[in-house]
Amino acid sequence: MEFLNAFVALSNYVLIPGIAYGSQLALGALGVTLIYGILRFSNFAHGDTMAFGAMVTILVTWWMQAQGISFGVLPTALLALPFGILGTMVLLVVTDRVVYRFYRQQKAKPVILVIVSLGVMFIMNGIVRFIIGPDDQNFADGARFIISARDFKAWSGLDEGLALRTSQGITVITAVVVVVALFWFLNKTRTGKSMRAYSDNEDLALLSGINPERVVTYTWLIIAALTTVAGVLYGLDKSFKPFTYFQLLLPIFAAAIVGGLGSPLGAIAGGFVIAFSEVTITYAWKKVLGYLMPEGLEPDGLVQLLSTDYKFAVSFVILLIVLLFKPTGLFKGKSV
Amino acid sequence: MSEPVKNTLLFLVVAVLIAIAGFMQSWNTALLILNMGLVSAIMAIGVNLQWGFAGLFNVGVMGFVALGGLAAVLVSMPPDPDAWRAGGVRVLIGLALGAATIIGAVLVYTRVKKGPLRAVGIVAILVGGFFIFRGVLDPGVDAVESVNPALSGYLGGLGLPVILSWPIGGLLAGGVAWLIGKTALGLRSDYLAIATLGIAEIIIAVLKNEDWLSRGVKNVVGIPRPVPYEIDLQNDPDFVSSAAGWGLDPVEASTLYVKLAYAGLFLVVLLVILWMAQMALKSPWGRMMRAIRDNEVAAEAMGKDVTRRHLQIFVLGSAVCGLAGAMLTTLDGQLTPGTYQPLRFTFLVWVMVIVGGSGNNFGAVLGGFLIWFLWVEVEPIGVYLMETITSGMAEGSALKSHLMGSAAHMRLFTMGLVLLLVLRFSPRGLIPEK
Repeated sequence: MEFLNAFVALSNYVLIPGIAYGSQLALGALGVTLIYGILRFSNFAHGDTMAFGAMVTILVTWWMQAQGISFGVLPTALLALPFGILGTMVLLVVTDRVVYRFYRQQKAKPVILVIVSLGVMFIMNGIVRFIIGPDDQNFADGARFIISARDFKAWSGLDEGLALRTSQGITVITAVVVVVALFWFLNKTRTGKSMRAYSDNEDLALLSGINPERVVTYTWLIIAALTTVAGVLYGLDKSFKPFTYFQLLLPIFAAAIVGGLGSPLGAIAGGFVIAFSEVTITYAWKKVLGYLMPEGLEPDGLVQLLSTDYKFAVSFVILLIVLLFKPTGLFKGKSV
Repeated sequence: MSEPVKNTLLFLVVAVLIAIAGFMQSWNTALLILNMGLVSAIMAIGVNLQWGFAGLFNVGVMGFVALGGLAAVLVSMPPDPDAWRAGGVRVLIGLALGAATIIGAVLVYTRVKKGPLRAVGIVAILVGGFFIFRGVLDPGVDAVESVNPALSGYLGGLGLPVILSWPIGGLLAGGVAWLIGKTALGLRSDYLAIATLGIAEIIIAVLKNEDWLSRGVKNVVGIPRPVPYEIDLQNDPDFVSSAAGWGLDPVEASTLYVKLAYAGLFLVVLLVILWMAQMALKSPWGRMMRAIRDNEVAAEAMGKDVTRRHLQIFVLGSAVCGLAGAMLTTLDGQLTPGTYQPLRFTFLVWVMVIVGGSGNNFGAVLGGFLIWFLWVEVEPIGVYLMETITSGMAEGSALKSHLMGSAAHMRLFTMGLVLLLVLRFSPRGLIPEK
């Protein structure tokens, strides 16, 4: 019983939030890694692109809610998601044509493109704040829980309740669907194969008749889908605030680098590594240990290794350790 | 138009812009822009040292600026004897133990041969050290923070003159930069960028949460000033009579006097830093730096120790940013960790350097003034613009109030636009590198 209680408490506060957060990070890191692999620069505007996609989705959600359209127990935001993706696709393709293409044709150094992406970041940040404002926005509706703590207690007879929020369930399912679709696209379709070829060796790909502009456009379209899905899932699970999206940049980059920049599989692994280390290190273990330790040995304090405010420090330290001992990341990434 | 004439004209344009703000708004606004412009120019010189001279991509400027601000508190605030008695020594011992743990782990890593023994040893030292460190530190921190938490609740500073904190802020930032550089500088440019971004967030997190150090988000206010207080000036009959001689009322005269005094102090610092940066740029050392930046492999083949030189300039540039940070906190008279935002303290400085002209110290200074002016003035201009656009709309309509409320966010958009336009049409900046 004690062991089961401990396990339920652990799932409730560490495993489930970790898996949900990890899926969100993995989607974000997949985007970063794709841009790095194909366009060959680190995109600092990624967090703000996520915010933009989420913002368009939220606006459409609000409109749908006002029209009385709903998705039953699921959040309306899922219905609005395709519109958000479309809006972000338009934004990213326009940005590429107006801003990035010039530097690609100049064959500018990657670091110049990084600085250009800083400018794009400022502009996107400005647009998002201009349209929706810098405050928290709530857009989640539908059923709140798949399994609520009280039902679980009544069903299992344990002291600990297990709660699974709808947003967490949706996050994991959506992430799995998106990742499967992405890998199918990259590995099985002609366009996906040409993208991988372009990423592996640009000159050889050009020689074999791959149109680089087409590859780049497709990449941006995929990025738009990935960022919007990641942004909406994060917003549903936590809350939408433009500044938090900017701050997500650090764990997302950490995930992509830990996994190995340019490696999609690595990005997913990296996302979960970062998410789980953040959650386990900032979690107060008192409850779980209280169930596991023998009578009289229960800890007095919270047994929290670091306060939650230091979660950035966790992703950062993991990043440093991986970089110092395995500079190309867990899965062999590339370096430009 | 010859080079010097053009550059002088550019500086004149900025001076005229600030003067226009003085005539149109108020001289207090104009002087505030000038003072912040001076501080921004010093930050821009610091980033220019790293990026313009050596090509190091440091996006952790905010962290070093905040460290400078911390130095201002630690140097100038009076010490809190009760807090020291309650747990000051215990906190210091705890910190020393923490440092000893890390040094011990590094020593084991460098001295012991690679193998399972070393890995186990390092993990044992780190884990054991962490718990001892927390065990010693936490009670001390609790004791310090419970001493008069509403007003103090921290250890206080040294009670020295605040000007001293400027060089000390530089030293503190430089010291932290050395630690970061030691670990992160061997990495590729993208990785260095992410590493510095993370470090800056961590430094801000420490400032926000370690209440015993600088009161965290409760802020430290009333940092002593290097210049007189307005209220003292207003009570000084000599000052009031000389202000009357200028035709000014004492209140306005005193605020202007204080701002001018700051401007004088800051100008001296800026000129010294600028002179040093120019000397460094022209020296053999500066030429070597640029050679390394332009072709690392060739410089290495010539026997230059690239990583070491990078570390050197990373520390120097960060120290300059720390100095500017201490000056900024002195000007504000308070340390408010909640206000440190990466867009404002890191990326805005980057816009200054790129727009001004990376690799040219005068360009960085010009960019500092110009971009700060825009940053401040875009908001009133935006509000004015929105008033014009919405003048035809019905009073109280939702769109109108939304547009008016959002005008403040125009500044981020404008900064991005300026950066992109300069990068596209004048990639070397307003005053290019020679």
